[in-house]
Amino acid sequence: MADLADDDAATGDPARPDPSRRQVLVHTLSASTLILVTPLAADRASAAPGGARTSDVVARGDDDERLVLEVTAANRVVVKLPRVEVGQGITTAVAMLVADELDARLQDVDIPLADARAGGSQYTGGSSSVRSLYDPARELAAVARARLVTAAARRWRVPADTLRTSDTRVVAPDGRTATFGSLTAAAAGITRPDVPSRPKPASRRRIVGRPATRIDARDLVTGRAKYAGDLAVPGAKPTVVARPPTLGGTVRSVDDARARAMPGVLAVVRIPTGVAVVAETFHHAFQARDALRISWTPGPIATLSDAGIRTRLRAALPRLAAPPHGSTQVTGEFEFAFVSHAPMEVLTAVADVRADRAELWFSSQTPIEARASVAEAVGLPVRAVRVRVVRGGGSFGRRLTFEAAIEAALISKRARRPVKLMWSRADDVKHGRMRPAALHRVRASLAGGRVVRLDHDETSVYEGSGRDEDALALPIPTGAWRSVDSAPYQTAEEVVTDEIARALGKDPVAYRRATRGRAVRPVLDRVAAAGRWGRTLPAGWGQGVAVHEEYGSAVACLAEIDATDRRNPRVATIVMAADVGTVVNPRGLEAQLMGAAVDGISTVLQAGLHIDRGAVRESSFADFRYARQRHSPLRFEAHVIPSTGPPGGAGELGVPAAAGAVANAYARATGTRPRRFPIHF
Amino acid sequence: MPRYSFTLNGESVSVDAPPGMPLLWVLRDLLGVTGPKYGCGVGVCRACTSHLDGAEIQPCVVPVEDCAGRRVTTIEGLAEGDRLHPVQQAWLDCDVAQCGFCQPGQIMAAVALLERTPHPSDADIDAIENVCRCGTYHRIRTAIKQAAAHR
Repeated sequence: MADLADDDAATGDPARPDPSRRQVLVHTLSASTLILVTPLAADRASAAPGGARTSDVVARGDDDERLVLEVTAANRVVVKLPRVEVGQGITTAVAMLVADELDARLQDVDIPLADARAGGSQYTGGSSSVRSLYDPARELAAVARARLVTAAARRWRVPADTLRTSDTRVVAPDGRTATFGSLTAAAAGITRPDVPSRPKPASRRRIVGRPATRIDARDLVTGRAKYAGDLAVPGAKPTVVARPPTLGGTVRSVDDARARAMPGVLAVVRIPTGVAVVAETFHHAFQARDALRISWTPGPIATLSDAGIRTRLRAALPRLAAPPHGSTQVTGEFEFAFVSHAPMEVLTAVADVRADRAELWFSSQTPIEARASVAEAVGLPVRAVRVRVVRGGGSFGRRLTFEAAIEAALISKRARRPVKLMWSRADDVKHGRMRPAALHRVRASLAGGRVVRLDHDETSVYEGSGRDEDALALPIPTGAWRSVDSAPYQTAEEVVTDEIARALGKDPVAYRRATRGRAVRPVLDRVAAAGRWGRTLPAGWGQGVAVHEEYGSAVACLAEIDATDRRNPRVATIVMAADVGTVVNPRGLEAQLMGAAVDGISTVLQAGLHIDRGAVRESSFADFRYARQRHSPLRFEAHVIPSTGPPGGAGELGVPAAAGAVANAYARATGTRPRRFPIHF
Repeated sequence: MPRYSFTLNGESVSVDAPPGMPLLWVLRDLLGVTGPKYGCGVGVCRACTSHLDGAEIQPCVVPVEDCAGRRVTTIEGLAEGDRLHPVQQAWLDCDVAQCGFCQPGQIMAAVALLERTPHPSDADIDAIENVCRCGTYHRIRTAIKQAAAHR
């Protein structure tokens, strides 16, 4: 990106206030095309005292977090996105926001992923992307539109307010048209647009709020979409790492003579996590890896298994105080297993580390932190490290950390050549991060027909060696997994809620309506109606409901399960309803809820990891039993509650509700009280 | 090193590869055909699913010598120019993909299913083993039915 030119000015003029000036900071980069830059929320907050968006603050520099919009001469609208696309559809959502505001055609908008920057926040997570981009993207595009319209007005010598925009063009009353691309150079010189540059009201939107197909859908169905492992970076050779049998094991000694002598082997190097082989193909690399003779020192928990972890978790739970006098109790102690993120695309990173610079390609939710960590690992200044953010084949929190990038950088440096490092699936399952094992204890004290006290304590494993009052530090690689601890929490809470309702002789839906927040009533009512709550079912079937509020959103789920064969239950129906405020792409929201439903089914019924004497027992999708087609609902519905409120988060929202609903459906179908998850494990 | 010749997406190719080298790595690392994805290497996730003489295979567990003289089709060979295969079109219409990584394999599995069973039942669709970690299964089911209906 070019430096900001000295004569750059913020939009508008104090003497003639632009309505958008109160809200938006936009800078023009001196160029032959219109390029606009606006800070994102984190920068706005840090730039202005009290977090207010202030037009008087002029951000400078060219490498911190901004949203950058360019209109090219070829009539493409290009927004470099400081987020990563891992399937959640953020590139499509931003393209929709920008296209709507500019009156561009959606297919004329490109959303490349920005390289890692030096500062600001380039974080993708916490279901925050739409919330953080919704205002800046629209404001940026609205300013661009005003300038393009002004450029056309001056070219045609007509009043700007007689012009309109559509299909990536400016249109005059007499029918003349000019593409944005043909106006971009002139628009770049305009600092005081003749028309307002504030975002359009919701009533005039024609893209946002309507279902749109992903902008990358065609690339995805033709095999053209490129992930890190598909990149043809010159000289970057396939690389794999031999890893220890136990978590945290280390190399005692290695005999690599046989591996080095094998055809196609280019390098064998040691790194802290194992022994890396660089070869002509992944076939050669795997074969040579298997020919390494390595003596391993067992990891620090080589004697620990699930039972021992459970015992320690139980010891870490606080003691409950005596319940209120005269109350009766509904109690449950809930165990949750470790769960692999297991994105379909295993961790992959391409690295080319030279003496004075490095360049890496990988998918990352935290590229700024990754860049700094890579720089430190290879002993280069941050500015000498370039990180190209690549689309990811799923993430679910896995790409918040960047182990493969660090390893690839170290291997490239030591092997003195570019490398394409790929973790095997077994590496991913056995040494990857996991949703931590957790223990929840819930105790509801009932008196007078209601809950008079509710205790819900949780403790979980976390990676570390320190002491924490509420958690169990162990040298096990844990990490945030879609919805973090909300899914276990809500599963326990919702199972107990059903048991409370039963104890009180109340219907589970009616009981939640009466006791949960107002925000969940519309979504709960919707799933109860659409899912025909309470309908007569065959023996062995059951319905369950659950609700969840987070990220400024509310969701409910109704699950209907066929547990005639208890060992092989089938969730036949999932009905979800969500209120996420203003929805950018209803089709994308439905997709997120659909995925959340399958996450709930998987983690509650069948998918988890065991720890056996310091090692993860599972090694692939054969034994980490994430749901397949035969486990997914035959009927799925997602209902969106209309709202004009600010957008809430949606990416993780559905998981806790789906998990709770599936657990409750199983409980009602089988007459059991589920306490260990996954139930079949 | 032996040389193997086969037809790849309608074109003859020859490749020098060691015997036993899985077709997946021949495709990806020697021929630059990256549509078939690595997801497990042991034939259980099926992200690499492609066709051998029109039948479904998992190239990660098929040695290259088994393909000599035969027809290999990957996701790249499904469309005719810009005209998508009906199953790809159904995938597009239903906006099936999320991260998209498993979808080449899902589509190839669906095409093979529809070749065997033009009007598959829910049970037939349930028999598809391909893992989708984003959980797009319901849209996959819808897309398969749509493609079957439009035949």
